[in-house]
Amino acid sequence: MINLVKEKNPMPEQDPMVRNKNFKEVSTGYTEDMAINEAMRCLKCRKKPCTTGCPVRVRIPEFIEKIAEGEFEEAYQIISDTSSLPAICGRVCPQENQCEGVCVQGVKGEPVAIGRLERFAADWHREHFKDEVIEKAEGNGHKVAVVGSGPAGLACAGDLIAKGYEVTVFESLHKEGGVLAYGIPEFRLPKSIVAAEVSKLADKGVKFVNNAVVGMSMTVDELFEDGYEAVFVGTGAGLPQFMNIPGENLLGVYSANEYLTRINLMKAYIPEYDTPIHISKRVAVIGGGNVAMDAARCAKRMGAEEVYIVYRRSMDEIPARKEEIHHAIEEGIKFQLLTNPVAIKGTDKAYVCGLECVEMELGEPDSSGRRRPVEKKGSNFVLDVDAVIMAIGTRLNKLILETTENLEPNKKGGIGADEKTGETSHEGIFAGGDAVTGAATVILAMGAGKNAADSIDKYLESN
Amino acid sequence: MYKIVGKRRLNSTITWLEIEAPLVARKAKPGQFIILRTDEYGERIPLTMAGHNSEKGTIDIIYQAVGKTTLLLDQFEVGDALADVVGPLGKPTEMEGLKRVAVVGGGTGNALAYPIAKGMHDAGIQVDMIAGFQTKDVVILEDEFRAGTTNLYITTDDGTYGEKGFTTDKLKDLIESGNAYDEVVAVGPPIMMKFVCQLTKKYDIKTVVSLTAYMVDGTGMCGGCRVVIGDENKFACVDGPEFDGQLVDWDELIQRNSFYQEQEKEDMSHICRLTGGVRYHD
Ligand SMILES: Cc1cc2nc3c(=O)[nH]c(=O)nc-3n(C[C@H](O)[C@H](O)[C@H](O)COP(=O)(O)OP(=O)(O)OC[C@H]3O[C@@H](n4cnc5c(N)ncnc54)[C@H](O)[C@@H]3O)c2cc1C
Ligand SMILES: Cc1cc2nc3c(=O)[nH]c(=O)nc-3n(C[C@H](O)[C@H](O)[C@H](O)COP(=O)(O)OP(=O)(O)OC[C@H]3O[C@@H](n4cnc5c(N)ncnc54)[C@H](O)[C@@H]3O)c2cc1C
Ligand code: SF4
Ligand code: SF4
Ligand code: FES
Ligand SMILES: [Mg+2]
Repeated sequence: MINLVKEKNPMPEQDPMVRNKNFKEVSTGYTEDMAINEAMRCLKCRKKPCTTGCPVRVRIPEFIEKIAEGEFEEAYQIISDTSSLPAICGRVCPQENQCEGVCVQGVKGEPVAIGRLERFAADWHREHFKDEVIEKAEGNGHKVAVVGSGPAGLACAGDLIAKGYEVTVFESLHKEGGVLAYGIPEFRLPKSIVAAEVSKLADKGVKFVNNAVVGMSMTVDELFEDGYEAVFVGTGAGLPQFMNIPGENLLGVYSANEYLTRINLMKAYIPEYDTPIHISKRVAVIGGGNVAMDAARCAKRMGAEEVYIVYRRSMDEIPARKEEIHHAIEEGIKFQLLTNPVAIKGTDKAYVCGLECVEMELGEPDSSGRRRPVEKKGSNFVLDVDAVIMAIGTRLNKLILETTENLEPNKKGGIGADEKTGETSHEGIFAGGDAVTGAATVILAMGAGKNAADSIDKYLESN
Repeated sequence: MYKIVGKRRLNSTITWLEIEAPLVARKAKPGQFIILRTDEYGERIPLTMAGHNSEKGTIDIIYQAVGKTTLLLDQFEVGDALADVVGPLGKPTEMEGLKRVAVVGGGTGNALAYPIAKGMHDAGIQVDMIAGFQTKDVVILEDEFRAGTTNLYITTDDGTYGEKGFTTDKLKDLIESGNAYDEVVAVGPPIMMKFVCQLTKKYDIKTVVSLTAYMVDGTGMCGGCRVVIGDENKFACVDGPEFDGQLVDWDELIQRNSFYQEQEKEDMSHICRLTGGVRYHD
């Protein structure tokens, strides 16, 4: 039986004016009935276009059919065949550009809520299999090191441990998860879910060595000396960028990484935690990606009265996930579009007191196909703010490249690696995720980690 | 967990700790620092390594209790363990080509200057150390300094110990009396470092300073530790912490170090939570 309703089953959510004052998850998740009802919207298309839209080829119609039948655990198992982190991807994948973007139901109405169903299946599994006995794969005696515990590293470690390798993950922070732990806020991705994935891997036998900055605490070459036969580098692209405009070192100017790390990793929003954060009344966040939305919504929750997204193009070009933009607007974030900052103003004590901007208009399309914003001469104005958060992108940290001989960079300054196999210029070193591609997505990083695990397996088998 | 294996009070506010951290000890070099977290609720704070023992797998830190986290750290005793220690971080002190160096330390900065002075001395460089303190009661590590340098000069602001005066006075004397230094290293309160740099500029002596900026990760990920060196923004944790002092924008550094002061003061007023080395949690 097919559900002919053209719209997705709405996601139960906290009221916007309530949730913008707390850090609890915004979307509370489908109930079993909602999930079944939504699953029945799937047309079971023979060509499965949705599946081609998913970077890791989740067998979408198959798992959705199981949900429709009420076989939730089976649905979860189907997803798990190809995806390592379904509870996470169901929440944070930019589905509108991926699976749901090519769903046939989306032609005349809304696509099937694939992401929400994926999340439902994963959450259902986590709740109903709390004491699941994890079976450990039989060891094959080979040791592999994984550097970085973001989605790329976790996925790689998960696949390698399943193949019988002895896997150790080295992470520079005190907590595992990469951006999932320090960047994406609790209200969008509860940290308990990330922790559950990590502890599942630990139960399977993956060793986690935190507080290990590879390149400083030990080099990649020393990992080989210590007996690791292959190394996967999934160190992300965490180096924050600034605009190089006057006033960027005033008190109250943060990189989004710093702001989000203080809040998410260090939990500055909970009084019991010691890490300080400045409480600002009026905040400008510069940028239009997911990072900017997260920073803006955190600022609101930290008590700011006005929060602006300052973005130099229009709503048509804004790169953040649709759902996040929608949520941000609901929560009262103001969008200052076609606006570019030119200087930050400070008080005589060097505290931020304003953001000077200039209005923009869209000109000819540039190489990326997006219309290029050009300044409107003389349109300068000052936005009255006391904090500015820079969310204009990140670059690769060069530490591993600089401390590993014969490891070559790629054109973007990332680690040079075959995007399919993860192979680098250095025998035995594989790389993937943001460290190779520059800032991308969780699912792409996860996919790269899985592909590298395959390559590492082939490499070590043939050696 | 990172076990504390040695603890020694150096004066009423400064304490020396030896901590088990084998991964750090294996690679540590003079001038580098660690970041520690006392427990799950703690903030990440940077502290210079005063020494290390690679065989024992231990590192030494010397800290002054100035606020919440360092006071909390003060509650830890031998046998207790810290939640996190990460390192070594930052660039090691550059020593190549140096023959004669003056190392100037001010207050707690002496503790940070000590590993640099000793490292240079161990490497065969002649090291004159000027260790400045406010008064006799707070003088620390005199024996260690003496053993780890060629000449040691202690100054106190009030003249209760060593020579009366500021470190800059002594440095000026030494330079004027014909000591030709390849380099001066200054570690202490920013205002002291600023004055040392003003002095050495006149004599055209390269001056290296160790900057203490607010840090979170210590790996170049947050940008919170940015300092202006010349016309460029640098991250103190990965590009430093040592920089050419003549290029530092001191006023900006001093300003940036005041950013969280109100909140830090408020944290101190909740010091009732620091009970007998254990935090209170419900
Ligand atoms: C705020 C924010 C929001 C985002 N929102 C979304 C979203 O909604 N949907 C989406 O798909 N994507 C989103 N992204 C992008 C996504 O999070 C990243 O593409 C993804 O996390 C990349 O995974 P990774 O494993 O390659 O690297 P990371 O997640 O960056 O993990 C790298 C890990 O390596 C560690 N590391 C770095 N250097 C070293 C070293 N030398 N030694 C040891 N460890 C090291 C780091 O500490 C980190 O833990 C967002 C990113 C940010 C910052
Ligand atoms: C590279 C480096 C090496 C250092 N080495 C030493 C050392 O060997 N011994 C020592 O006693 N101190 C050292 N410090 C300073 C030490 O980190 C601070 O004294 C400590 O963080 C104070 O924390 P608190 O909570 O006790 O005090 P608070 O009251 O919170 O802070 C007091 C002052 O310490 C500084 N500070 C606070 N938090 C941080 C932080 N997260 N990062 C950097 N500075 C901060 C600020 O200037 C602040 O105004 C070093 C700092 C840096 C950056
Ligand atoms: S992993 Fe992401 S892209 Fe793939 S089906 Fe799930 S939500 Fe869609
Ligand atoms: S494209 Fe949409 S409707 Fe068709 S099988 Fe996939 S999810 Fe179902
Ligand atoms: S402490 Fe975060 S970049 Fe230096
Ligand atoms: Mg503090």
